[in-house]
Amino acid sequence: MTQHEGTNPQAAGLHGSLKSYTLGFLFSIVLTIIPVAIVMNGWLEGAASSIVLMMAAVLQLVVQLIFFMHLREEKKPRYNLVTLILGLVILLVIVLGSMWIMLYNTVAT
Amino acid sequence: MWEKVKSFASDFFVTGDPLIYGADVSIVLAAISIVFVMTYFKKWGWLWREWLTSVDHKKIGIMYILASFLMLFRGGVDALLMRAQLVVPEMEFLTPDHYNQIFTTHGVIMILFMAMPFMFGLFNVIVPLQIGARDVAFPFLNALSFWLFFSGAMLFNLSFVIGGSPDAGWLAYPPYSGLMHNPGPGQDFYIWGIQISGIGSLMTGINFIVTILKMRAPGMKLMKMPMFPWSVLSSCIAIIFSFPILTATLALLFLDRYAGAHFFTLDGGGNPMMYINLIWMWGHPEVYIIVLPAFGIFSEIVSTFAKKKLFGYKSMVYAMMIISILSFLVWAHHFFTMGSGADVNAFFALTTMLIAIPTGAKVFNWLFTMFRGKITFETPMLWTIGFIPCFVTGGMTGVLLSVAPADFQFHNSYFLVAHFHHVIIGGVVFGYFAGLYYWWPKLFGFKLHERIGKWAFWLWNIGFYLCFMPQYALGLMGMTRRVATYGWDKGWWEMNLVSTIGAGLMGIAFVVQVWQIVYSVKHLRKDRTGDPWNGRTLEWSIPSPAPLYNFATLPQVTAQDEWWEEKLLRDNGQSSSVPPALEPIHMPKNSGIPFVMSMFWFAAGFGFVFQWLWLIIAGLVGVAVCMLVHSFNYDNDYYISVDEIKRTEAAIREVPN
Repeated sequence: MTQHEGTNPQAAGLHGSLKSYTLGFLFSIVLTIIPVAIVMNGWLEGAASSIVLMMAAVLQLVVQLIFFMHLREEKKPRYNLVTLILGLVILLVIVLGSMWIMLYNTVAT
Repeated sequence: MWEKVKSFASDFFVTGDPLIYGADVSIVLAAISIVFVMTYFKKWGWLWREWLTSVDHKKIGIMYILASFLMLFRGGVDALLMRAQLVVPEMEFLTPDHYNQIFTTHGVIMILFMAMPFMFGLFNVIVPLQIGARDVAFPFLNALSFWLFFSGAMLFNLSFVIGGSPDAGWLAYPPYSGLMHNPGPGQDFYIWGIQISGIGSLMTGINFIVTILKMRAPGMKLMKMPMFPWSVLSSCIAIIFSFPILTATLALLFLDRYAGAHFFTLDGGGNPMMYINLIWMWGHPEVYIIVLPAFGIFSEIVSTFAKKKLFGYKSMVYAMMIISILSFLVWAHHFFTMGSGADVNAFFALTTMLIAIPTGAKVFNWLFTMFRGKITFETPMLWTIGFIPCFVTGGMTGVLLSVAPADFQFHNSYFLVAHFHHVIIGGVVFGYFAGLYYWWPKLFGFKLHERIGKWAFWLWNIGFYLCFMPQYALGLMGMTRRVATYGWDKGWWEMNLVSTIGAGLMGIAFVVQVWQIVYSVKHLRKDRTGDPWNGRTLEWSIPSPAPLYNFATLPQVTAQDEWWEEKLLRDNGQSSSVPPALEPIHMPKNSGIPFVMSMFWFAAGFGFVFQWLWLIIAGLVGVAVCMLVHSFNYDNDYYISVDEIKRTEAAIREVPN
């Protein structure tokens, strides 16, 4: 509580401006509309559509991190960055591990 | 009209089982008597002001522990019903359907609604005190976490009198939990009870990571922090990475059931095994989430009662962090028999065995801490000593299970049932009991009665070994888990009889513990020192129970066992500490929003269970309105004046003898 006062976000003025929030909002909307349009109108199929959808998802993640999670504005110690890297490692473990387990599944395939 | 009401009621309420009617009657009687007592003593305002709206971490912690004791009772009754059914072959006490419901609710309640809140309760009451903070980082969020857990737990528990209990096992494997095989509302109670309380768990994880990283007292470097906050940190790291997996998995299951999706169905391109794969990605870290804080508790207790600094502090820290990360790499050992081939099984068998290494390091650390210490055997230490052999042997049967080829024999047998009860009761439950006995004086200002506590300890331990050791043998003899009954020709009944006697002893032990609490309250012997165990860490440097603001002046930390070092200095007459001047203390204001918002979540969850769209919309709108109201509320803090601090401190230190 009292320890908090020095790091009060309003007082320190650390976080984004109206401009950065608007920009982030626009980016995230556009990155949502693209996949929806592709799927609804059937513009792309098969591997091409998967790749575009996944790229939109990854870019969306980056936009969220930079504009709303303020990843770049962090001072030391870099807890956010360390957590993010750990999160990515675990994400990779989940995705690759699941694919490994399910693709080698002698019952399912 | 009357016919309509009757047909609605016969679907809505669970009917036809005398046990359930008995429960109905006792629920109504208990509710009436609570309302009567509260009204008679005019306590409603007090309840609202002091508890329901409180954002004080100590009160929230006490509410968590109280709720978990209620859930321990419910889960324990489930366990005793199951053991009663299995006591002799061809028993006709529970029908197979009812038996399925009971083992499902037993598992869910014991892990998610008993172990988790007990753990969060101990986090809440102790972590801020140990790191010298005045509250957690986000007190409002903390209250919201508790009430979300509470409404999730209530929603889940409602299922056995309204709508019907879930019966697909504690992890609700499809296809049995899918709509085709399980059309009733039971599985939806399961999904929404866990989802709503899961939001709370995730927020608690975030809250305590921030609290530990940002709110330590001046001078307390991470490597000078007591071991319990370290264990909380490692457990919370696992929480924030694993609970989203649970939420996503159950959301997909919900879409299957509610919106006709085909993620986990056998048709339409779905695959039920994907569910099993996903749920264990949460499920395995979950067991480490609940056991890591127990390791932290044992570390504190061993060091206090051996009167020695903890042996191998750094190795303990690294071991916990490694366990927290490794727990994400072992999940497939829960389904070796799924048929993923030798490569996959070999990898996950090896990672599982690796976890035994840091765990073994911790056991040696505790043993070396005790080595040549002046050990005293009060109840917290007894539980610790009871834990070590129990957890070591339980862990070893785990290593046996991790041998993939052998697991094809053990899988889903009573050997497995015995193993996980062995480590969860022997590790988690014993650990939290130890912690509760250890910190009880800090919570309430008096010790629990030692002699009755020793009775409870021995009853628990003897009951535990009687109950679960025969189950290892039963598993090897071919008894599979979740069988509702068995024949005389199997040769299992002697062992099952012994096991039921053991379960009964543990039931008695629980009653003895409740008696111990009642007895200790009745023959209250107030502890005026604030430090009844001759403790080593900061929570013992303040009066018990701790005042609202915890520390009148924030401590300056220089050593690992700060309070112990301070006491040594005082004994030598070297204590330099001139208490720093008091300053007004910044505190968070109470808020009713967490409670109200959780009730809206409860309503929305209930609507989802019965697919009543109007209630879903009303509930979710209520949640949104609560969020908006809180977002625009800037009047959420105040200062405690220096005068008031002085008055409080004087009142605490005054001895009225």
